[in-house]
Amino acid sequence: MKNKKLVAGLIVAMLLVTVSGVFAQQQLYIPLISKGFQHQFWQAVKQGAEQAAKDYKVTITFEGPESETMVDKQIDMLSAALAKKPAALGFAALDSKAALPLLQKAKAANIPVIAFDSGVDSDIPLTTCATDNVAAAAYAADMMAKLINNEGEVAVIVHDQTSRTGIDRRDGFVNRIKAKYPKIKVVDVQYGAGDHLKSTDLAKAIIQAHPNLKGFFGANEGSAIGVMNGVKEMKKIGKIVVIGYDSGAQQIAAIKAGEMNGAITQNPVGIGYKTVECAVKALKGEKFPKVVDTGFYYYDKTNIDDPKIKAVLYQ
Amino acid sequence: MATAATVKTEGAQKDAFTSSQAKQKILAFSSLVILIVGFSLASPNFFQPANLIAIMLATAVNGVLAVGVNFIIITGGIDLSIGTMMTLTAVMSAQAIVNWHLPIWVGLAVAILTGVICGGLSGVMVAKLKLPPFIATLGMNLFTKGLSLIIAHSKPIYFSDYPAYNQISMGSLFTFTEDFQIPNAVLIFFAVAIVSAIILTKTTFGRYTFAIGSNEEAVRLSGIDTDKWKIAVYAFCGAIVGVAGIMIASRLSSAQPALGQGYELDAIAAVVIGGTSMSGGEGTILGTIIGAFIISTLTNGLRILSVPQEWQIVTTGAIIIFAVYLDILRRRK
Repeated sequence: MKNKKLVAGLIVAMLLVTVSGVFAQQQLYIPLISKGFQHQFWQAVKQGAEQAAKDYKVTITFEGPESETMVDKQIDMLSAALAKKPAALGFAALDSKAALPLLQKAKAANIPVIAFDSGVDSDIPLTTCATDNVAAAAYAADMMAKLINNEGEVAVIVHDQTSRTGIDRRDGFVNRIKAKYPKIKVVDVQYGAGDHLKSTDLAKAIIQAHPNLKGFFGANEGSAIGVMNGVKEMKKIGKIVVIGYDSGAQQIAAIKAGEMNGAITQNPVGIGYKTVECAVKALKGEKFPKVVDTGFYYYDKTNIDDPKIKAVLYQ
Repeated sequence: MATAATVKTEGAQKDAFTSSQAKQKILAFSSLVILIVGFSLASPNFFQPANLIAIMLATAVNGVLAVGVNFIIITGGIDLSIGTMMTLTAVMSAQAIVNWHLPIWVGLAVAILTGVICGGLSGVMVAKLKLPPFIATLGMNLFTKGLSLIIAHSKPIYFSDYPAYNQISMGSLFTFTEDFQIPNAVLIFFAVAIVSAIILTKTTFGRYTFAIGSNEEAVRLSGIDTDKWKIAVYAFCGAIVGVAGIMIASRLSSAQPALGQGYELDAIAAVVIGGTSMSGGEGTILGTIIGAFIISTLTNGLRILSVPQEWQIVTTGAIIIFAVYLDILRRRK
């Protein structure tokens, strides 16, 4: 028993030494603390960050809690990352207020903080690498106009009226239609909490109320699926143009099947890449904008299998 | 008479496993020491005041939950609701202070009372309705999870206007140097542990907790109302969960209504690593605390060594299996 313990102890110790040898850091170290890591979206962000780490010859780690509710676990990750005396830090806050004391600590230690994805609600981060949702939704409006020949009634379902992404995507779409397409009328904007079922019911009610509806925009994955379901259940496929946002297995299948005309996808690989790139620039003292647009793509049946698009679609 | 008989049975058993329990504690403790020494050798960033405090802070909430559920596991039961129940107590506390504008101490009492009520309900389901603890507390898990979301309207409730609340966990009564301040959350954790250890080993409540776990039928036959004591154990665990709820809400300066799912498993893992038997009848608070420290030290150390997250999970799983296997080896002797 005693020998066994000793052997076990030795094995653990050896493992630790080996592991530390492998990870010995000669290069600049930049940890990225994200909002998750299991979701395909975050894996794509990680992939982009790893690519940038290779290009700029820095070492990164990418960590996030198992679910987006684990605010305290994310803070534990952040404090472990700071204990490693990193050169810079990438951070996507689950709850900016809860993370503030540690961010202040990072600032005091002169560790540049780069926010990514939804960003951090504080002036400590030097920049935020995220999707320009206004521009992306405006592009969705352009595609919509093209598909309905620049005239007719359209409606919008958004996930909520309080979140930054909800507001930006709604305004991006609606304002572009108003500014550029006088013959198109946005007849209704409703909020479905990103819930598939709720959004489906909303979509059906809107179609019922506006029989001449030509186009429908769903502003996130749940809204888009809801719109598509509504159009399908009202037997209006082909009569109403559906444009979605984000990706996901169901949405990809719907586009392939022709039930959805197309959708905007964010560029998670770009988010990861730009975050590391900005961190490196910050360390070199180079300038960069306060907000870094990581870009977006419009995908439909024609380009969904394009490797460039495939790389940014997540299920 | 009845009490004397129980004490005697318990005393006899104590002799039988005192030495093996001591062994388990030493074993668990030496694993912890090996981990700390190993990580310290592997990375200069590990054994630093700030990081050691980070580890203690990361242990505190899980440690308190583990101490609470330890009582239930010693009775041979299980409580799968402690994670989400903790969230409900935090939400209720926030509701009382932020939305009902009650004094902070009332908010604290509300948290603990919420825990006692939920725990007591689980106890009634187990003792009186004879539901298997696994099912009863799984139901309570969902019940409290849903209630938290409803009460908080699925949004965090912030203590922004109540900086004092944040001090409960994050203030420091013991400040050694600028870098070395023991956060109050850690002190609360130790206080809960010491009080619980006294209750478990020195009181009738503690003795019955063990007795029910080793032979419930014998205890019942000796004329003791085991149902009542079982309900009391679940309610007591609920009270401790309420303390954990206060600690986490204070640390985050907010009650996060969606948090909590999965936290019960970390607490149960700490209890098991600490040598408490899942079949009931034995266990110690010290072991549980060491178990909680093993989990958080391992998690932190692997992060410090930049082990990829996927492998961190694999390693933690392997260590839990290894620890429990050692426990079984010890039991066979």
